[in-house]
Amino acid sequence: MLGRPFFWIIAVTIAVFAAAPLGGNVELRESLLLAAVYITLASNLNLMLGYAGYVNFGSIVFFGLGGYFCVYFMGSLGWGLAPALAVSGVAVSLAALVFGLGILRLRGVHFALATIGVNEAVQAFVTNFEPWGGSTGIYLSPELFQPLGGPAQALWIIYYLLVAIMGASLYLSYFVKRSKFGLGLLSIGQNEDAAAVLGVPTPRYKALAYSASAFLPAIAGGLYFFKGAFVQPADAFDLTLSTEAIVITMLGGQGTIVGPALGAYLYEELRGWLLTSETFANFQLVVAGVLLLLIVQFAPDGLMGFFYRRWPRLRRIFE
Amino acid sequence: MSALLEIECLGKSFDGLQAVSGLTFAVGEGEILGLIGPNGAGKSTVFNLVNGVFAPDAGRVAFRGDNITGAAPYRVARLGLARTHQIVQPFAGMSVLDNCTVGACFGRENLPLARAREAAREAAALVGLEKRLDAPALELTIAGKKRLELARALAARPALLMLDEVLAGLNPTEVAHMIEILRTIRGRGVSILMIEHLMQAIMSLSDRVVVLNSGKKLSEGVPAQVANDPAVIEAYLGDPGMVQRRPQ
Amino acid sequence: MLGLLASLVDGLLVGAVYGLAAMGITFIWGVMDVVNLTHGAMIVAGMFGVYLLVAATGVPAYAALVPILIAGFLAGVALYWIAIHRMIGRPPLMSLLATFSVNLVLIGLGTAVWGTVLFNVSVSLPGFSLGRYTFPGTHIMAAVLTAVIAGALYLFLYRTRAGKAVRAVAANREAAELVGIPTTRILALSCGLGVALAAVSGALIATLFPFTVLSGDAYQLKSFVVTVLGGMGNPTGALVAGLALGLFEGLATPFMPVSWTLVIEFVLFVVVLIAFPGGLISIGRRRPAVR
Repeated sequence: MLGRPFFWIIAVTIAVFAAAPLGGNVELRESLLLAAVYITLASNLNLMLGYAGYVNFGSIVFFGLGGYFCVYFMGSLGWGLAPALAVSGVAVSLAALVFGLGILRLRGVHFALATIGVNEAVQAFVTNFEPWGGSTGIYLSPELFQPLGGPAQALWIIYYLLVAIMGASLYLSYFVKRSKFGLGLLSIGQNEDAAAVLGVPTPRYKALAYSASAFLPAIAGGLYFFKGAFVQPADAFDLTLSTEAIVITMLGGQGTIVGPALGAYLYEELRGWLLTSETFANFQLVVAGVLLLLIVQFAPDGLMGFFYRRWPRLRRIFE
Repeated sequence: MSALLEIECLGKSFDGLQAVSGLTFAVGEGEILGLIGPNGAGKSTVFNLVNGVFAPDAGRVAFRGDNITGAAPYRVARLGLARTHQIVQPFAGMSVLDNCTVGACFGRENLPLARAREAAREAAALVGLEKRLDAPALELTIAGKKRLELARALAARPALLMLDEVLAGLNPTEVAHMIEILRTIRGRGVSILMIEHLMQAIMSLSDRVVVLNSGKKLSEGVPAQVANDPAVIEAYLGDPGMVQRRPQ
Repeated sequence: MLGLLASLVDGLLVGAVYGLAAMGITFIWGVMDVVNLTHGAMIVAGMFGVYLLVAATGVPAYAALVPILIAGFLAGVALYWIAIHRMIGRPPLMSLLATFSVNLVLIGLGTAVWGTVLFNVSVSLPGFSLGRYTFPGTHIMAAVLTAVIAGALYLFLYRTRAGKAVRAVAANREAAELVGIPTTRILALSCGLGVALAAVSGALIATLFPFTVLSGDAYQLKSFVVTVLGGMGNPTGALVAGLALGLFEGLATPFMPVSWTLVIEFVLFVVVLIAFPGGLISIGRRRPAVR
């Protein structure tokens, strides 16, 4: 494992994220933080989308639920950050297992629609759920940043935690891909029925992948909404983020590990440019849409697919 | 010879069409059993019923004494029953080696990844694909894909191999080659249940033959016996007395 | 009691329009195995179409329906060529993502041009009063027009040659090609019809409720719920399910806040997807599993 170059490529990426904003560049840190969130969401989405071939349109539900659990644990129950994050991650993974048992019987399009249904049902439920603030959401008091050394320092700690989560996501994708479990998932993505006939325990594997793909995004959600000290249904369950995660994964190349990271970086850059440009401020989703349309029609393998076809030797280094 | 696979009174209908009814036969250990019959007789349906793609409406399937009626395909595979498809189903985007590794990983022996790769290499070599291990499956010819389908099933080191028209679409040289491979496989102790339309191949390979017609068993016995059974001749060719009555 | 009845009847009227919207999705799905995620944008297009036509020319709202039907049809054909044509025969997820991307583009453009402001189309139509309860004229008109359009679609499918071709392609595209039906043209036509249904249902909804550019997503979701309840690919089912949903909303609104009805609808959506692939209509009826 340690001998493979890609293991170190991931390590270097994490190091870059860690080192770049040192020296106090807050603006850079914020933009890298967003990139880290995108990479986390896209990498974990890739487990279902790129490996097993199941498009999870509503993957944002993990992020949002993680945010809600964490904010609730810290705000109403007074827990510390670490236990709140850990329990949120586990709770959301368990919830995913439960949802998954139901919706993973569906294939293709029906599954995709069901994931939207799950997200919308959860959002509608939370909007009514008084203990979680209903449609107004939950506000966190700034005192909660004190144990972390005050707001300014807390933001740095949160950043590094998110980078760690991003790194964990990349390594998770990597280890899964090289494992027997990953081989099983990939075979499900190629031909689920043939995989079952060969002995791949498809229901169990799909449920595991779905549940695993919920864990790190849930923690990321906890960190993200803790940082903002505020969570409400409209933000937590906004399908825009899971949409962007899909675009990113397909842009970079689904099924690869570099893909989501590369796609996230490019998309972030594009979005940043669009937001600052006068004419295009409202156009980010339009651009996302055009990109997705072009990718789906002409390059469903994304950028990495293109690179691998052009320079097959790259396959030996990158994953 | 003890029975490896036992099928008793198997029945299945699809929307009123009785595809299989009252079917009973067994595959013994170490034998090659041929399953033949005119088109639409229900042969592939029998395979689907045995390996769990469909659950039967009636009847019982037992493998090595265990009742597997209606069990899910991956459970059946785990018990040591492998199957190929009439229309090949390769994992198109994966390499030949990876395809076979899937078989080795998840079949009866449930091998860890590294050892599964070794078993996969062996299986690929057995069918003659050892030079193309890194090729993506979709680049193979039809004959290559059929061999891959076989290698993949073999990599799992099954006790019983169910082959669905593994010779279809092959030219005579390829057929002869495949027959040799099948003989080698049997030599290694794998029992074979094969559906085939190529009469010469099946008659020369099989120890016994079961004939299906319209979902029911028409005849069973050694190849010579079955080939001379008037009921079988009628099912394939029509009126057996036709030859006698030919106008001069 | 009478109030509840009135609420139910009103629910039926509005539900009819939901059914019409759902017919647009289920029609495209039935003919070409494509889930049209641009549906929401097309509903919005219909809404804005009515608004703009009325504002620009002052014609009564209902007169605008015909040009919207035509424009919707053309838009549907265009959508087919831009996003769907290359996806036919490929895994259905690809067409899902393709139509999804067009939706992103259109809604994005829409919000850029019109923001998220509320728009309204004012229609003055005398209502029908029964005692203390008035059934808004717009609701009645919308339901009547839905029936007319659905009837026209039925006539097209079952009484014309083109309709027969559409049914043939829906049943088995390859076989249809083999007998000489120009499948590509039929697919484009069907897409046009599906989108026309979406656009006209949007136009009708605009006469009932105020709307914004973002309403499209909400009505698209609603259309999907109805489609799934009625069984994907089943236009009659869609209409019936729309009525049922309207009935449910009419029944529930006096008793619980709107957001709870949403929870129930989405949970029902997921449950029906998992447990009843043929829709609620298929309960009690033995239908062969076609797909």
